[in-house]
Amino acid sequence: MNKRITRFKHFLSETGNIASYTGRYFGQGVKPRFEWRELLRQCYTIGYNSFPLVALTGFIMGLVLTMQLRPSLVDYGVESQLPVMVGIAIVREIGPVITALIFAGKIASSMGAELGSMKVTEQIDAMEVSGTNPFKYLVVTRVTASTLMLPILVILGDAISLYGAYIGVNIRSTTSFSLFFRQVIDNFSFGDILPAFIKTYFFGFAVGVVGSYKGYTSSKGTEGVGRAANSAVVLSSILIFIIDLLAVQITDALGLN
Amino acid sequence: MHHLDPYQDVTGETKPSPQKLTPPQEPVIVIEHLSKAFGTNRVLNDFNLTVEKEQNVVILGKSGVGKSVLIKCIIGLLRPDSGRILVFGRNILELDHDELDRLRARVGFLFQSNALYDSMTVRANLEFPLRRHWIAMQQKEVDDLVMEVLGNVGLAHTVDMMPEELSGGMRKRIALARTLILKPEIILYDEPTTGLDPVTGREISALIVDIQKKYHTASIIISHDMHCVRRTSDKVAVLIDGKCHAQGTFGDLQDTADPQIKQFFE
Repeated sequence: MNKRITRFKHFLSETGNIASYTGRYFGQGVKPRFEWRELLRQCYTIGYNSFPLVALTGFIMGLVLTMQLRPSLVDYGVESQLPVMVGIAIVREIGPVITALIFAGKIASSMGAELGSMKVTEQIDAMEVSGTNPFKYLVVTRVTASTLMLPILVILGDAISLYGAYIGVNIRSTTSFSLFFRQVIDNFSFGDILPAFIKTYFFGFAVGVVGSYKGYTSSKGTEGVGRAANSAVVLSSILIFIIDLLAVQITDALGLN
Repeated sequence: MHHLDPYQDVTGETKPSPQKLTPPQEPVIVIEHLSKAFGTNRVLNDFNLTVEKEQNVVILGKSGVGKSVLIKCIIGLLRPDSGRILVFGRNILELDHDELDRLRARVGFLFQSNALYDSMTVRANLEFPLRRHWIAMQQKEVDDLVMEVLGNVGLAHTVDMMPEELSGGMRKRIALARTLILKPEIILYDEPTTGLDPVTGREISALIVDIQKKYHTASIIISHDMHCVRRTSDKVAVLIDGKCHAQGTFGDLQDTADPQIKQFFE
């Protein structure tokens, strides 16, 4: 019982710390001096370097989803609706969530490990004595880059996923590229695209905040670095699902579903 | 507390020594009644110390007694619970962020772990403090300065290498070069010879003395390497139970009968 109470207290304290850390991000992020050069570098590192992994998983996801859906649709005699169903599933839900999870696995862990090892080896202190605000230089840039890059990666991932779906459709039948995409695009509505796009900013923000928080506040030497990387991935993945759950409730309440 | 330095020795007797003939210099660091605790662990307790211009002061103490905490308080990385730290006559606890940054440009800090940025070359590591302190210089001047400080630590050939390609002693020298690039008036050394072999440790000790002569710096050196203490110190302060238990020249303290001090010299 005592162990549970301790865990619950730890959970509350960690939640409070993350909230305060997020507040610090907004407080420091709007004050000059802005670290534009480092922000651009982080956008490149976080965005460009994640693209191959997002592209590969997106392609496989589109292809597999199409091949798995086909038999059910054939049973109901609506095989012609395959592009529409796959397209909506990818753009509304699977694309953003899977891309965000891949992104969390790659970026949150690397942020946790990188900042954690910088803390352990006193590099963060060295920055501070070199006239640099380490929170702005290391955290604000990473969280902002993560928030800005994930939506772009999701758009690219969705496009590649749809291409994978097109290949999947053509394994058992013949559909032209233009017909496939016309079928997909014609059936999209405002409510399919915009909420799915907006939530990706929150996914990116959650990955950036959790990844950098775990690294920046890590302790207990090299063991703490490993733990920071691991818990950054676990917590940011859970947050992605929680944000997704909230997003679907909000869009439902707004009548966008 | 035995307050001996610089004009009284541990035994209370007047012994002729070159140091005692030196007139008092302008103090660059004055620490008064400094206290710092972590939870219930009080590491500094009414600590007092004065460092004069161009003076090397070694803080001697067992591991974990708060030596590193002391110099981190001086540079503003840790905030003490009470007391005053005057650096160049200004209480660093009353400075705002910009003033503290300006002061830090005049005070170098050599970290125990060197704290070289892993993702940057030696050149980028050295340029980093110059760029961050907004020191207006042409690229040619920056390049010349980088090569000058690297030359002063004997590692000009490593300019385009990554920190991971360097040995422990080389990393220490590069970290020292990064400290020197802003031409500081005070350098704080956190265990500069720890983790190095005896030969490299002696080289680093010699380098600290050379740097003091060349750059006319005052220094606080945290160490329990007695060779380094003897080689580099103008004054030694012994930190015991959070207080400055005694201070004096290396020779003064070596001759003391105080068993708490004597154990360091055995």
